[in-house]
Amino acid sequence: MNNRLKVLRAERNWSQGDLADKLEVSRQSVNAIETGRYDPSLPLAFKIAELFELAIEDIFVSPSKEA
Amino acid sequence: MIMSPAGWRYNKRVVVLSLVYAAFLIGAVYGFKHHLVSGAFAWIVAILPALPIIGIFAAIGLYLVEEQDEYVRMLMVRQTLWASGFSLSIATVWGFLESFELVSHVEVYWVSVLWFGGLGLGNFANRLTMGGSR
Repeated sequence: MNNRLKVLRAERNWSQGDLADKLEVSRQSVNAIETGRYDPSLPLAFKIAELFELAIEDIFVSPSKEA
Repeated sequence: MIMSPAGWRYNKRVVVLSLVYAAFLIGAVYGFKHHLVSGAFAWIVAILPALPIIGIFAAIGLYLVEEQDEYVRMLMVRQTLWASGFSLSIATVWGFLESFELVSHVEVYWVSVLWFGGLGLGNFANRLTMGGSR
């Protein structure tokens, strides 16, 4: 699933490790989500959205809306 | 990579169980080789090396319960699926070959050995397809 995680993280000058620490997951998890290799569970997606103070759909692109 | 607390506990359990396995196996081989065991005691001694192996299966189950990182947990689940598919496929093929007397008999505990080998195969598959491993 495409997402804006890398952009949002870069805007805050956070490394993947920084984001991983804030989400309490491994850096490889952040990397897998950012590159679209892994779709997070709903609880983790909410956690990500709450961290960035955005709605889930502002971060993750719905597969049905992908070009 | 930095290992999670659940990963550390898993590793510690596997190391301890492996040492127990080695001790039980050496004891059992010595006991049977020198005819020190018989009757019901022989059954117990023969089964003892299997118990830590079962313990390792339980340790993997505990790890899956305790691991808080859902992505890392998924990688381990994929590894165990690879291990199961790999070991059971070989066991099934070998079973038919054996029943038609084309190959010699192999002790069933080798399925466990194949399963642990399959974990390595699953790790390799994870690296290829997911770019990571536990």
